[in-house]
Amino acid sequence: MKLDARIPDGPLADKWTSFRQHMKLVNPANKRKYKIIVVGSGLAGGAAAATLGDLGYNVDCYCYQDSARRAHSIAAQGGINAAKNYPGDGDSIWRLFYDTIKGGDFRGREANTYRLAEVSNNIIDQAVAQGVPFARDYGGLLDNRSFGGAQVSRTFYARGQTGQQLLLGCYSALSRQVSKGTVKMHERKEMLDLVVVNGEARGIITRDLVSGQIERHAAHVVLLCTGGYGRVFYLSTNAMGCNVTAAWRAHKRGAAFANPCYTQIHPTCIPVHGDQQSKLTLMSESLRNDGRIWVPKDAANVGKAAGEIAEDDRDYYLERKYPSFGNLSPRDISSRSAKEVCDEGRGIGHGGRGVYLDFRDAIERLGRDEIEARYGNLFDMYERITGENPYDVPMRIYPASHYTMGGLWVDYHLMSNVPGLFVLGEANFSDHGANRLGASALMQGLSDGYFVIPDTLGNHLASNKFEEVTTEHEAFAECETDATERLDKLLAVGGKRSANSFYKELGLLMWEKCGMARNATGLKEALKRIPEIRADFWKNVKVTGDRNSFNQDLENAARCADFLEFAEVMCHDALQRDESCGGHFREEHQSEEGEAVRNDKDFCHVSAWEFKGVDKKPKMWKEPLKFENVELSTRSYK
Amino acid sequence: MDLTLHIWRQKSREAEGRMETYRVTKISPGSSFLEMLDILNEDLIVNGVEPVAFDDDCREGICGMCSLVINGVPHGPDRGATVCQLHMRKFHDGDEIFIEPWRASAFPIVRDLVVDRSSFERVIRAGGYISEKCGSAPDANAIPVVKMDAELAFEAAACIGCGACVAACKNASAMLFVSAKVVHFGRLPQGQPERGKRALAMVEQMDKEGFGNCTNQYECEAVCPKAIPVSFIAEMNRDFLKAALSTSDYE
Repeated sequence: MKLDARIPDGPLADKWTSFRQHMKLVNPANKRKYKIIVVGSGLAGGAAAATLGDLGYNVDCYCYQDSARRAHSIAAQGGINAAKNYPGDGDSIWRLFYDTIKGGDFRGREANTYRLAEVSNNIIDQAVAQGVPFARDYGGLLDNRSFGGAQVSRTFYARGQTGQQLLLGCYSALSRQVSKGTVKMHERKEMLDLVVVNGEARGIITRDLVSGQIERHAAHVVLLCTGGYGRVFYLSTNAMGCNVTAAWRAHKRGAAFANPCYTQIHPTCIPVHGDQQSKLTLMSESLRNDGRIWVPKDAANVGKAAGEIAEDDRDYYLERKYPSFGNLSPRDISSRSAKEVCDEGRGIGHGGRGVYLDFRDAIERLGRDEIEARYGNLFDMYERITGENPYDVPMRIYPASHYTMGGLWVDYHLMSNVPGLFVLGEANFSDHGANRLGASALMQGLSDGYFVIPDTLGNHLASNKFEEVTTEHEAFAECETDATERLDKLLAVGGKRSANSFYKELGLLMWEKCGMARNATGLKEALKRIPEIRADFWKNVKVTGDRNSFNQDLENAARCADFLEFAEVMCHDALQRDESCGGHFREEHQSEEGEAVRNDKDFCHVSAWEFKGVDKKPKMWKEPLKFENVELSTRSYK
Repeated sequence: MDLTLHIWRQKSREAEGRMETYRVTKISPGSSFLEMLDILNEDLIVNGVEPVAFDDDCREGICGMCSLVINGVPHGPDRGATVCQLHMRKFHDGDEIFIEPWRASAFPIVRDLVVDRSSFERVIRAGGYISEKCGSAPDANAIPVVKMDAELAFEAAACIGCGACVAACKNASAMLFVSAKVVHFGRLPQGQPERGKRALAMVEQMDKEGFGNCTNQYECEAVCPKAIPVSFIAEMNRDFLKAALSTSDYE
């Protein structure tokens, strides 16, 4: 397998400009002759489809929801970073780049991350032009706030609904293209396979979720913008429908899966209430701007009400351990610290798995009205879910799976190792290294969709000759048969357990063995256990209904079957990466204070996995990471 | 908690539907309403019965996918919240609960509690956007926006497009939904060039889709999970009227 990142030559700050100056262009009159498939309609997919449509390409966009506007990008609350330096607090493209690469624990690609920082400012301009109602001050100018892992205020926000507002901006641009006929939108259609013809991605197989029809779609290129695989864990903050299917199918057709062990556990989620729970709710990390995180110093006090614990008996552990970043320490560090204090028996609430996020001091300092203005909707949401009023008692929070930095391997052009298959947004691996900083996911999705792909895709189309491929090609027939047979096989098992029960079994195992902290023994156990659960699934699952109608049971079972295969490569990756870095914390590699210890000598590379067959060990390939502009330092937020 | 559920079952758009009765037991008051339905479905699947189909995704009250009428009220008894945010502590042990889909001819049933809201898509496509070109936007701070207008635009933009307003209205009117988009852009300087045209086009499409007219019942506002106010409808009517009388908004 050849992994050429195709990074342009020249100084870091000039690479993107240099690429753009030399890229090949498609003649405006020829653009409509190119058919582009975009799978997913979130920030990456929606932005790509809208922009490519506007440029004149012939675009087909697919999503499993009933509207493009419902993609899970919508749930992002906190904000979006950009190096505008409007507050004048010393921000710059370089600083945003450096914070991001450092936040990623030096496991990201310099050139990609720099480009992300570089186009960040254009995203804000674009969003404002679309009518995204960002927060403003009384002078009518845009407001900023600070977020974890940064010492400047560079985060633009729209109350606690930044993801929704950015997605609606994207969706309105997309809707405009649909009305102009440049984009055809296919709702409630789920991609089941990638069609590769003579080594190139030339189409997809979908299932119409309403009629059950299996359909073939041919194109010149395929863009996967299908999000992350965080739902491999039970529980997560991802939407119920989020899945790994599209990425996994592409992987099985030859696309390398990079760094699957890099998963992010978000520190500020509402804790688990019991075993009937279906998902967790995240609360914006912006709450950490004013909330103080603590647990009782003495485990004997965990049963007491928060108000009964004296100030001196509280341990504000983040402020204590990381005085300069305090409650705004990066997500991986904050999450692990919470796990640590709970492991010590000092956790509060259900099962001792929770810590306090306390606004008492902020309310005293700023007044209740100001806190309400800043976080009102988050406080309401918290009260609705827990039945507790956070103005009176501290919130309880606990880390949960939230985002995945790993994903399909892509080069600088966002193309995977399968020519013609591009991967954007959370679905790729490229920009965040081993840990993503807050307010960077929206930035990356939109950067890929609005500003990167229009150029790199045009270059690809203009540089290559395409043979005529229709859906009559035998590769389409083969993929359609595979997809159909797999669904029929699921329906034919006729066992006794629901797909969801297997999903939970797998997800709990992954959370236990490959979650916030991992070790070789646990990972080996998981690698033994996963094939057993998978075998049991194919023997004992019960899927009701049929293939030719609206069947949510079948949808879930098919997604679960893919998670059951995917989980294995994730554990292989976590096992071979014998170091701690960012979101990947190997218990064997920690300092005396419990901090992650990297091994730059042996692991300064991207691990890209090649599929070798179900029940066969995947093969690992390395893309060395070269740091020419930053020095690999030990992350310190003290 | 033990509950009796009466749920609308309908195999497809063409098939005839009916209410079916189910029992669920040992539901935790901390569970969400949809988690309660998950438990019912788990039970049905294991017994070889096809589960109740319902739409949901984010389960955080923001994607707008969930859409149930509970005891006659879209999104159920909790005001300012979607079904997925509704928790069982709002009910009592032994309750009987009636669960139906959105009912409106512009939202045909797909299956059970799932409806087809593509009419909303077509209304947005008719003009619910600002025409701009990617990459050619001026600096974001080049267009200052009066804070009040920015706040109002935000309030309107908070609409999640769930369709509860239509489901609650005896006329199945979509005016709250449409007005939210009209006001969102109408309040911003960026939205001015197409303001009149937008109101005309969106209202025209709304009528074409078969949504009814507004007769000031305010049921929409009462059930809106994002508390979109009916005053936006008045604002849309103003924009519509003004544009209808002006020549510059016709092509």
